[in-house]
Amino acid sequence: METSIETNVHKFIQSLKESTITGIFSEDLRNERLDKLLTNNFPTSKQEYWRYTRVNRISTKAFKIAPGSVNSIDAFKIKNLNSDYCVFVNGFYADAMSCISEENKPYISVLSNLENKIAQQPESNEIFDQINLVFATDGVHLNIPKNKILNRPIEIIHLQSGQEVIANIYHHFEIGENAQAKIFLSFYSANDMPSFSNIRLYANLNKGAHLNITKIQAESNQSYHISTEDIEQLDSSNFTINTITLGGELVRNNLNIRVNGMNCETNLHAAYILKNNQHVDNHTLVDHKVAHCQSNELYKGVISDKATAVFNGKVFVRKDAQKINAFQSNGNVLLSDTAAVNSKPELEIYADDVKCSHGSTTGQLDEKAVFYLRSRGLSEKEARELLVQAFIADVLEKLDNDSRAHVDEILEKRFGWELL
Amino acid sequence: MLKIKDLHASIDGKEILKGLNLEVNAGEVHAIMGPNGAGKSTLASILAGKEDYDITAGSIDFDGKELLEMEPEDRAREGLFLAFQYPVEIPGVSNVNFLRAALNAKREYHALEPLSAKDFMALVREKSKIVELDPKLASRSVNEGFSGGEKKRNEIFQMAMLEPKLAILDETDSGLDIDALRIVANGVNTLKKPSNATLVITHYQRLLDYIVPDFVHVLYNGRIVKSGPKELALELEEKGYDWIKVELGETV
Repeated sequence: METSIETNVHKFIQSLKESTITGIFSEDLRNERLDKLLTNNFPTSKQEYWRYTRVNRISTKAFKIAPGSVNSIDAFKIKNLNSDYCVFVNGFYADAMSCISEENKPYISVLSNLENKIAQQPESNEIFDQINLVFATDGVHLNIPKNKILNRPIEIIHLQSGQEVIANIYHHFEIGENAQAKIFLSFYSANDMPSFSNIRLYANLNKGAHLNITKIQAESNQSYHISTEDIEQLDSSNFTINTITLGGELVRNNLNIRVNGMNCETNLHAAYILKNNQHVDNHTLVDHKVAHCQSNELYKGVISDKATAVFNGKVFVRKDAQKINAFQSNGNVLLSDTAAVNSKPELEIYADDVKCSHGSTTGQLDEKAVFYLRSRGLSEKEARELLVQAFIADVLEKLDNDSRAHVDEILEKRFGWELL
Repeated sequence: MLKIKDLHASIDGKEILKGLNLEVNAGEVHAIMGPNGAGKSTLASILAGKEDYDITAGSIDFDGKELLEMEPEDRAREGLFLAFQYPVEIPGVSNVNFLRAALNAKREYHALEPLSAKDFMALVREKSKIVELDPKLASRSVNEGFSGGEKKRNEIFQMAMLEPKLAILDETDSGLDIDALRIVANGVNTLKKPSNATLVITHYQRLLDYIVPDFVHVLYNGRIVKSGPKELALELEEKGYDWIKVELGETV
């Protein structure tokens, strides 16, 4: 006799299966992966990887796959940025809203339009990745050939519109030898309803490739966001990611970088500015497998009200990875007694000739500095804002002017900051 | 301009000021001297609006307004300026950006248009000369990595930019070599006008060789116990603070 236990996963999947949309992966792959997925369950806080982030709010909801529409992307596109842009609404490519120049057309495709479904994706035991690898409806396939340097950056704008919709998006970037690309990934809600973005990104940097990603998360206070970026770096490649998290009720970013080649540079910068009940969790992994590489990680957060931030940064330096310079720093400012942070920097070093450091600080605003600024005529609000801005400035300074202005605008709207 | 009447103040239940009276008029330079622990820095902090103190009695009238009822920023906008004994280092906040915000906050308070970027920078160049402040320091983070002398010069530079009615210099001479002291004092003297006043708080007479006061007051045990002309400072230097204690009939 067969007994079936109706787990949360079954319920969650049932709702997704109601959609008739087949998605971007072949049916065989989907079925195979679905079987595997159904043996898994949602993580609990007993698992170290999910210790500080509970996903009940997501796992107990019945999200649906449903196309949506928005009237305009004016509020979401980075102003003055001369870019190509791909717009996704609820996980579906919005052709009419997107714009890809002739110049870049050969290198950018949308997965749902690809004749041959892409077959190779990194496997994962994480349930949200597995859900994505079955149900992904769309994504950008970037294939930049050897020596090609994209002159125009690419904006990938993700919008959520509608009640309890889920967007499963899978992006796949192949950056050829000595090729260069600059990408903006941005996430917004078109309305204030609960939604879930389940995003997967895979990028492969070949020898000498440069990839610069700026990720702006500014979804509504009722939205959930889980994304995983898997990055592979070959010799002399340069990968930079700036993650700016401003919105979302529950956000989890998994950033996994495998440095497989020598002479690579890896930069991870992030700023998270949280309020209300937001919960934002950044998990990063930099795996130095070979020698002569450098990684710099700078994560900074400002947390107010009842918001919570989690930072878990792991740096591996494998046995043969000599002459590695790996730096990691996480700094947090708590603006209220009810704000919280869980910070866990981890260095695991098996090589003996390396230069590595890590540090984590959590504190409050310097009241002496607040008084000093007020004694010169700044209001208390201005003084505190100025100090908060100064605290995260070294991360925001990594952005180019256009995206910085865009982020500043969101900060002004969201926090009522008057920027100085 | 400033009338302090019977000011009593305490911190953590300990009374520091015990009935202090002081009157400063426009165009005057007053020096307040006194031994350590007399309450000099407490007075400066209370005037600037630091909230750590309990004011248990007394009043402070600043140009017709009750100072004690005003927020620190409003005191600044009304024209009060404190040059800190220990200027605070603020990493990431540029000196000029912060000063522009401060200056424009003051202008807005007085219903004036904000200063244009061009006019502001011209003002920075003009005023930084007064204290021989390297213009590069003006664009760096507030006091970060500044030497002791540079920090004090930066205080006077800010004072020059904000053009206060009443400037309070809290132990501005402490930690300064003679060259820096001369530059700082010269800055203060340059900024002196018939319409403004200066309150110099110091432990040593040395600064008063450069900033010559019209009146000298001795603060001792929370009260002003003796006032006189500038010669009083010299007398104090010569005879020491024990002389005051003797005069007050205390055993030394």
